[in-house]
Amino acid sequence: MSKVIEGLFYSESHEWVKVEGEIATVGVTDFAQKEMGDITYVDMPDVDDEVVKGEEFGALESVKASSDLYSPVSGTVTEKNEALDDSPELVNEDAFANWIIKVKMSDPSEIKDLMDATAYSKLTEK
Amino acid sequence: MLDRIGAKTLDDLYSDVPADFIFRGEYDLPDAKGEQEVRDYFEALSKKNTSLKVFVGAGAYDHYTPSVIPYITSRSEFLTAYTPYQAEISQGTLRYVFEYQSMMCELTGLDISNASLYDGATAAAEAMKMAIACAKHKTRVLLSNTLLPNVLKVIETYAKYHGVELGFIDVNKGQTCIVSLKNELAKGDVAGIIVPGINKYGIVEDFAGFAEAVHTEGGVMIEYCDPSTLAVIKTPKEWDADIAVGDGQSLGIPLCFGGPYVGFMTCKKEFVRKMPGRIVGETKDSEGKRCFVLTLQAREQHIRREKATSNICSNESLLALFVTVYLSLMGPEGMKRVNDLSYGGAHYLHDELLKTGKFAEAFERPFLNEFTLKCNVPVNELQQKLLDAGFFAALEIEENYVSFCVTEKRTKEEIDSLVKVIKEA
Repeated sequence: MSKVIEGLFYSESHEWVKVEGEIATVGVTDFAQKEMGDITYVDMPDVDDEVVKGEEFGALESVKASSDLYSPVSGTVTEKNEALDDSPELVNEDAFANWIIKVKMSDPSEIKDLMDATAYSKLTEK
Repeated sequence: MLDRIGAKTLDDLYSDVPADFIFRGEYDLPDAKGEQEVRDYFEALSKKNTSLKVFVGAGAYDHYTPSVIPYITSRSEFLTAYTPYQAEISQGTLRYVFEYQSMMCELTGLDISNASLYDGATAAAEAMKMAIACAKHKTRVLLSNTLLPNVLKVIETYAKYHGVELGFIDVNKGQTCIVSLKNELAKGDVAGIIVPGINKYGIVEDFAGFAEAVHTEGGVMIEYCDPSTLAVIKTPKEWDADIAVGDGQSLGIPLCFGGPYVGFMTCKKEFVRKMPGRIVGETKDSEGKRCFVLTLQAREQHIRREKATSNICSNESLLALFVTVYLSLMGPEGMKRVNDLSYGGAHYLHDELLKTGKFAEAFERPFLNEFTLKCNVPVNELQQKLLDAGFFAALEIEENYVSFCVTEKRTKEEIDSLVKVIKEA
């Protein structure tokens, strides 16, 4: 059973979002890191890059696959988690504690389209 | 097999091919011949070949191939081994490719090498695509007009089918012009530039200020180079180039009517994830012993699909081995000697040709084993006289400009003979 945290929002492509004011912190879920296997590289955008809801903003590379990351919100990247450059395995260790990017949202109403913890749990149970 | 799959004849296997496309003519093949007849037939054909003394370069160089190399590369373990996908049974192949990669890094001075590409021209085209992948939001790649014409043509073909816009940097007195480069860079859309370390005129180019100008605009500098010459001239690393590409033919591979040759690509560490092709890495097995694997495969198209930098998922392994054996035999001293002899011969020929009065200096620029002169006599006639006397020389690079190349294989006697034919032409 994968871990799911209350109070966060979830996309169908297994990203989680924590909203604090106009800043959205984005990462991938425990389910996603399990599916990927040992992550060897996290391809992240740079600070000040634009991200668009539903569009690819980076990728997770593991020994067996490369999986695109899709942005759950639109906006500008304010921070990227530099620790993941040297230690991509942190995502496997704790997918919720190790966020990937922080985004200043251009349209906070986009959050409404995301799932809550309960709905996401149902998705991953299938 | 036919019984097993329920087909009556071999033709049944082609039942999906529309009738219009099936060839129903005669193949015009002769009857079978005995082994001796076949030998005689091909010997007669080979007698039609003309053997010439080669005094031309232009991308393919007549360097000496040490005799032991074909013996080593013809070993069945090397010759028939398949792609090393299964590391457990491919340590030999992976080890020699790792050595090849290490040597290309040593020659170019850059951090990472791939396992080789098809040839220099396609390696340059791959570097063009890599530049687009490395420099975000930039759409144009600049090419120097001093690159070899066949390399330019291949890059143009790849650019067309990948939707890459190309720009060109002007030539100023035989050298890539930095003023023209800066003008193009100022347009703000340049992902990278491709410039030749030794250009089509044989001139050793001066790249002072190039890398800085390109890096300031967020682009990458790609140097197209002859790896044999890197033993004695400034390396791509010393020019602060980001990517180096070229053809490994000059590392002892025979001319062979144009192929097979081998392309190489090396780059700075930060670009490794955008580099196409196979990469062999060193690691430890479960017993802690040193071993080798194909690595960083998540770059490649069988995993990354349309997001990969390239569709190439192969390398030119046997030729890469050829080059590795050559470099092992030659070593740094041998490589220096090859270039010293080539330099000496080329400069001697250059001076002797000017003395004949039939040529004039074209560019006052440094050259190594290849040079271009203005020809004051009709070029076609001169070339024919040289062919008749058994020499392949005076390649017409541009109208009335001819190029010569001298490698360590050309003796003083051969050079003097060539000059004599030209004097009397």
